[in-house]
Amino acid sequence: MGYIEHLLIIICIYIILAVSLNLIMGFTGLLNLGHAAFFGIGAYTSALLTLAGVPFGIAFIASFVVAGMFGFLIGLPCLRLRGDYLAIATLGFGEIIRAVLKNWISLTRGPLGIPGIPKASFFITFDTSVKFLVFAAVIAVVTIGIVSRLVHSPFGRVLKSIREDEIAAQALGKNVMKYKMIALVIGAAFAGIAGSMYAHYITFIDPSSFTLVETILIVSMVVLGGLGSLLGSVIGVIILVLLPEPLRFVQLPSAIVAAIRQMLYAIILIVLMIVRPQGMVGEKRYKARVEE
Amino acid sequence: MLEIKGLHKDFGGIKAVNECHFTVEKGKIVALIGPNGAGKTTLFNLISGFMVPDKGTIKLMGEDITSLLPYQRAVKGIARTFQLIRLFPKMTVMENMLLAMKDSHEELHHALWRTRKIKEEEIKNVEKAMDVLKLVHLEGKVDELAENLSYGQQKLLEIARALASDPKIVMLDEPAAGVNPTMIKKIGELLVKLKKEKGMTILFIEHDMEFVMNIADKVVVLDYGKEIAIGTPQQVKKNKQVIDAYLGVTT
Repeated sequence: MGYIEHLLIIICIYIILAVSLNLIMGFTGLLNLGHAAFFGIGAYTSALLTLAGVPFGIAFIASFVVAGMFGFLIGLPCLRLRGDYLAIATLGFGEIIRAVLKNWISLTRGPLGIPGIPKASFFITFDTSVKFLVFAAVIAVVTIGIVSRLVHSPFGRVLKSIREDEIAAQALGKNVMKYKMIALVIGAAFAGIAGSMYAHYITFIDPSSFTLVETILIVSMVVLGGLGSLLGSVIGVIILVLLPEPLRFVQLPSAIVAAIRQMLYAIILIVLMIVRPQGMVGEKRYKARVEE
Repeated sequence: MLEIKGLHKDFGGIKAVNECHFTVEKGKIVALIGPNGAGKTTLFNLISGFMVPDKGTIKLMGEDITSLLPYQRAVKGIARTFQLIRLFPKMTVMENMLLAMKDSHEELHHALWRTRKIKEEEIKNVEKAMDVLKLVHLEGKVDELAENLSYGQQKLLEIARALASDPKIVMLDEPAAGVNPTMIKKIGELLVKLKKEKGMTILFIEHDMEFVMNIADKVVVLDYGKEIAIGTPQQVKKNKQVIDAYLGVTT
């Protein structure tokens, strides 16, 4: 497995996660601290289905649908909440999913995880990292394309208005609940396919990959790049994936390296929030085309 | 146009709005006045649906809308502004306006399958928004973020945004508060112009009596949540109860 290809694949998977979270958090303003749970639901859905004999193509789509359905279910009670309250509720949701993955041993094998997940195959088997990279890159580009189309449209304008002032959006006749739900479901569904790709790339999953720490990493990527900027999300992902890599080549015990990695993330975020709170890339401003 | 019947709202024993009755006729400018805490803004929130009344009915063009959600009432044609300005601060003036427009194709499938018709409609909406912005002299600020406008301009933008949806009735919560005298005059002229030229129906709350007397066709005076007088500005000005409760003795 080529090291560079591996990093690029990881970047593609995180791009899907960051862009989908940005749709929910950056554009619609819903503080979602349960994103890794959707990632995990997608991974487990796809892994369990393929191990049961379902072809990868169908399992891949199922991970999209199932994660989206969980988005809907969690949205029903939680989207009535605002701001910090929503953050706590989604955090709780993430913890529930983690606990279920860990304890529903007959289904998920609990903390032992699921090994031997088949490689992704869709007409051809993506058995080398180059082949998988092409697949991952295509999915990442398609995700960016779809989300970009959504946010730069009248639909996306409504999402942003909800982020800016929910009450005013209602006063202008927007069904705020519906729009929030659509954003959450779409974001969750894309996190689900990221999970499927991760499962079939690594070929092993366990609950520890889908915890709050993972959510915080994705949130950091989005905030670092800039809330409400898709380009920013891509840049945020690249920086936070590549940043700790040089530590691999330093002769240090792995426990210390892991700690340094966490500290690096923290320091970067603190510095950025002081120097440039809007993130590295600001939100793209709408320009009205007015004929004089 | 708008009919309020026996509207009632308690806040833990305090009767914020108390068996209130009045009507707003089509094509008229109606002012809602009264001392601080008289329940004017509560009444606005009840009419626009942000609060649910304990009793009473609200009818818009004969249709009972009492049980509708705020966004449903907005779709039915009730537009409003807020006492504390509520714009979309990190969005441009034009985006703020476009959000108020009808037929702006804001559904998910419109975003995925953007047909030529939708794009044409958007251009039309931009033009329409420009026309409304010209009324409040904000046509030069279309690409400015709403938060970068001055207080007075923000106030005007909020009014313009309320007008942009072609509402059946516009409700303005203190349109003149905190605005300089020239601007107040301009807002007054604008409202009268809208009434005359477009037959717009307007209900507004205001403490600036000169403004009220100049533009209102009808004044509803509220005290302790109850209407204590309804009439033309001239009638209300002479009403003993109104003078005691609100206006004070004028020399």
